[in-house]
Amino acid sequence: MEEKKEDLNFEDAMKQLEEIANVLENGNLSLDESVKKFEEGMKLSKKCNNFLDQAEKKITMLINNGDEVKEEDFVPKED
Amino acid sequence: MEYNPITVTDLNKYIKSKIDSDEMLNSVLVKGEISNFKNHYTGHMYFTLKDENSLIKCVMFKSYTTHLSFMPKDGMKVIILGSVSVFERDGVYQIYAKAMKQDGLGSLYEAYEKLKAKLSAEGLFDESHKQKIPFMPKTIGVLTSNTGAVIRDIINVSTRRNPNVHIRLYPVPVQGAGAAEKIAEGIEFMNKNNLADVLIIGRGGGSLEDLWPFNEEIVARAIYNSKIPIISAVGHETDFTIADFVADLRAPTPSAAAELAVANIDDVKNTLFLYNTRYKNALKKKLQVMRLAFEKCMARQAFKNPTQKINEQYMVIDMKVKAMQNKIQLKLKEERTKFVKQVSKLDSLSPLKTLLRGYSIVTDKNDKIIKSVNDLKENQDINIRLSDGEKQARIL
Repeated sequence: MEEKKEDLNFEDAMKQLEEIANVLENGNLSLDESVKKFEEGMKLSKKCNNFLDQAEKKITMLINNGDEVKEEDFVPKED
Repeated sequence: MEYNPITVTDLNKYIKSKIDSDEMLNSVLVKGEISNFKNHYTGHMYFTLKDENSLIKCVMFKSYTTHLSFMPKDGMKVIILGSVSVFERDGVYQIYAKAMKQDGLGSLYEAYEKLKAKLSAEGLFDESHKQKIPFMPKTIGVLTSNTGAVIRDIINVSTRRNPNVHIRLYPVPVQGAGAAEKIAEGIEFMNKNNLADVLIIGRGGGSLEDLWPFNEEIVARAIYNSKIPIISAVGHETDFTIADFVADLRAPTPSAAAELAVANIDDVKNTLFLYNTRYKNALKKKLQVMRLAFEKCMARQAFKNPTQKINEQYMVIDMKVKAMQNKIQLKLKEERTKFVKQVSKLDSLSPLKTLLRGYSIVTDKNDKIIKSVNDLKENQDINIRLSDGEKQARIL
């Protein structure tokens, strides 16, 4: 299933990754729960990676002429 | 007619003496903008002072320039104290400056301090109001000039840290009249249309006047009201503007702002990789612990020889059954002996033997044994029991 880019809050995801690591390292879970957490963590980190790779480079400039706003690619001029 | 011309030197001398004798020109206070500034290697400064319509040459000798608290430069507005005199060789009059101060600075500083105090009292600088800069913003909004080094630096630093970042520039003038309004408008526009996850507003270094738009109330309020977190990067590290105080985060330079806004993707990927490693290690360790516990368990007697315990229990049961049987047999024997004894005793006491000898037992209809004639009435039915049976009878 393809994840939508929008539904990932990266900061929360990172927090969750840390929590999962702590819980797993604690070792208090049953084996079943450990495997479940492990899979959850791997899935989430993969999701984060995808998020990073999916973003595309864009440098744009908004042009606001009062009535309407256009957006176009922007390339800084050399001095 | 004979001409009597004077020399150029004489003329200039005359003009000089006229000017030098003028009390007003001996000590003038002039304001204007510096242009064509030259700091000569001898330590003297040569420049032109101008306003919209006119200009005058100025010179400041080394003995005076050493007392200056700032380095004059082109475009700077100054007030000069000096005298006007003529440089005879070139036939030019000029100001011989003795002292110089920056014009307008006093009032600007005053305005700055006043606004700062006012906004501070209102709580615009409160830490509690500051928003967190998102860790991995998708879109970085930038409000600055679309020309010059600032936007270029921001793009360079951002894309170096994360090649996939989206930078959205909203070009605004960053100095001069109307700049503050445009900057405020830009902040509001980005907010209204939700065009960025974080905003960088800034400009490069300049004079206090150049930075002035970032000291204006309209910009301060726009920053304060922004729902999008704002990083300010105005001027150099030593420049502090009101915008810096209101912003959620102040960056010393535009490049630093880009570093604060854009996480280094290599670091982030590395962190993600570390998590994967941590998970794998943790699970591996869990498995090891489980295996160890399993092996320890399997090493116990019960698992090594699982029927032994059962056999032991069988033996116990057998023993118990045997003991039970013994006890029952003993009891049976005892009871039998006791029974035989009782029977022989009963036999010797039995009334049957007495009946055989010719006795009988008389009972009434309730089977009550009648032992006296007084208990008998006329016509009473009785029962007579003899050794070989019973018969009914009636009393006469």
